[in-house]
Amino acid sequence: MSEALLDMNGLEVRFGSTIAVRDVGLHVLPGEAVGLVGESGSGKSTAMLAVLGLHPPGSAAVTARRLRLAGHDILAVPERTLRDLRGRVAAMIFQDPLTALNPVMPIGSQIAEVLVRHHRLGRSAAMMQASALLETVGIADGAGRLRDYPMAFSGGMRQRVMIAIALAGQPRLLIADEPTTALDVTVQAELVRLIRGLQRERGMGLVWVTHDLALMAGVVDRVVVLYAGRVMESAPVDLLYARPLHPYTVALLESLPRFEAGPPRVRAHATRDVAPAAEGCPFAPRCPHRFARCAQMPPLFEDRGSLAACWLLAR
Amino acid sequence: MRVRSWLGVAGALLLALAVLAALLAPLIAPYRPMQLDLRARLAPPAWLVHGSTRHLLGTDNVGRDILSRLIWGTRISLSVGASAALLGAVVGSTLGLCAGFFGRRIDAAISWAIDVQLAFPFTLFALFLLAVFGGGFLPVVGVLALATWVNFARVVRAQAEVLRTQDFILAARSIGVPTPRILVRYVLPAALPSIVVVGSFSAAQAMLTEAALSFLGVGVDPTTPSWGAMLELGRNYLQTAWWMAAFPGLAIAWVVLGANLLGDWLRIRLDPRGGALR
Repeated sequence: MSEALLDMNGLEVRFGSTIAVRDVGLHVLPGEAVGLVGESGSGKSTAMLAVLGLHPPGSAAVTARRLRLAGHDILAVPERTLRDLRGRVAAMIFQDPLTALNPVMPIGSQIAEVLVRHHRLGRSAAMMQASALLETVGIADGAGRLRDYPMAFSGGMRQRVMIAIALAGQPRLLIADEPTTALDVTVQAELVRLIRGLQRERGMGLVWVTHDLALMAGVVDRVVVLYAGRVMESAPVDLLYARPLHPYTVALLESLPRFEAGPPRVRAHATRDVAPAAEGCPFAPRCPHRFARCAQMPPLFEDRGSLAACWLLAR
Repeated sequence: MRVRSWLGVAGALLLALAVLAALLAPLIAPYRPMQLDLRARLAPPAWLVHGSTRHLLGTDNVGRDILSRLIWGTRISLSVGASAALLGAVVGSTLGLCAGFFGRRIDAAISWAIDVQLAFPFTLFALFLLAVFGGGFLPVVGVLALATWVNFARVVRAQAEVLRTQDFILAARSIGVPTPRILVRYVLPAALPSIVVVGSFSAAQAMLTEAALSFLGVGVDPTTPSWGAMLELGRNYLQTAWWMAAFPGLAIAWVVLGANLLGDWLRIRLDPRGGALR
């Protein structure tokens, strides 16, 4: 078995007394695509920022039983090493392309930033490579657009520029943090295809963070479902759709809009008005199957290839 | 907006004339600034009785030509103003950038220094420093920068604090851009318009303070024709030769007004919300 690109176990991120992520594990092999699914505030992005050591030391306390990125212990290495890993070993695509690009820097320079830093290219060589990267991500006349500022691009185009920046360091792991959420549906489909194609072509590991479970089909191999900072279910994507184990996953799948006839099946109790439980299973207050044992947090139970944290599986 | 931009042009024009006078002083000043004409002491301006076209704005108590001294004095006023603003901009922007971006202890330390500086009666402090350590061009610029850096530090700190949590800073960090480079290439450019605006106000403030210091006798150098020193000298002759004090006073008002009008206009012009940034 090849070495894991990302080997994370028991990750916990605290902001003061708030625990945003607790006991989250994630394992990504080269060429593997994993979806990290959860509603907003479930700790998806927070967990991914921890992978690159991007939480400012003062504001967040990050601990883990194991947090290794391509063999490097992220929690132990000095900032220098982290800077060297960022962009080169793992790169990130952010949710909102309108705010994630430097508005006062031409896009060519922003792409070249990575090339100069990580591949020791000269200015002109970096610019040539940057224009090639722009064409790779589907921006015509890359060379002619290097001097343009982000404001000269549409949202979808800017996200392509973000992807070019992320690819520039030839990372082995790509973390896409809701890369299509801010875009409209047609652009979204194109970008999903683009990212998926590039990932397969280059054999990168991919973590796709999203709140949209429907988007995951055909994009990722495995899905990890988060709720209130905890892993609820971790399963191959086909199994997850065919045989969801956790009541939360079931509720998520039922909430997807369908074209089938019949009354909508979104349940009244499955609303954000119900706060996650602080102790035990966080989903218990919204769960239709809740019983006494839910006051304690269940471990991950295995059931025919899927893992789910639910006492129902203990029977 | 219309009126504002007209005033801005007027301010720029006032300053441009002053700069021109400073640059061309040896060519356009009728006399050397120190040249005495003892027979024409306290000569009134040309348009008054007993005035003569030899001394357009009159002479002082030892017969030095007021107009020539004003023209040469432009050099002192502008160079001190610009240098103090520049030095303050470099020091203040750097500290403000660090305070706003790093926050926490660094911010606490720098903000404390800003508060102390603002709470101090500055002119008294400057007077003390210059009296103890002596005057001269560099000491005066240094002391004035002590007053101007605060303006830059406050504005840049506020901007850096907002920018630090922006996505594009996080994105830059996620590709391994080192912090000093983030400060210079990502944060500073966004604060630059504000720095320019504060710069013009600070230059006005520095020129005014320089005149005050010269007036109090701790200015650049007693032998150089500084407007403040001329004003002080003229104070003794207000009853008999009002022109000795009036014209230096007008000159000070001239450049300070110019810098303030320009600054006011830049403030509106460079406001990102005005959409005229690029």
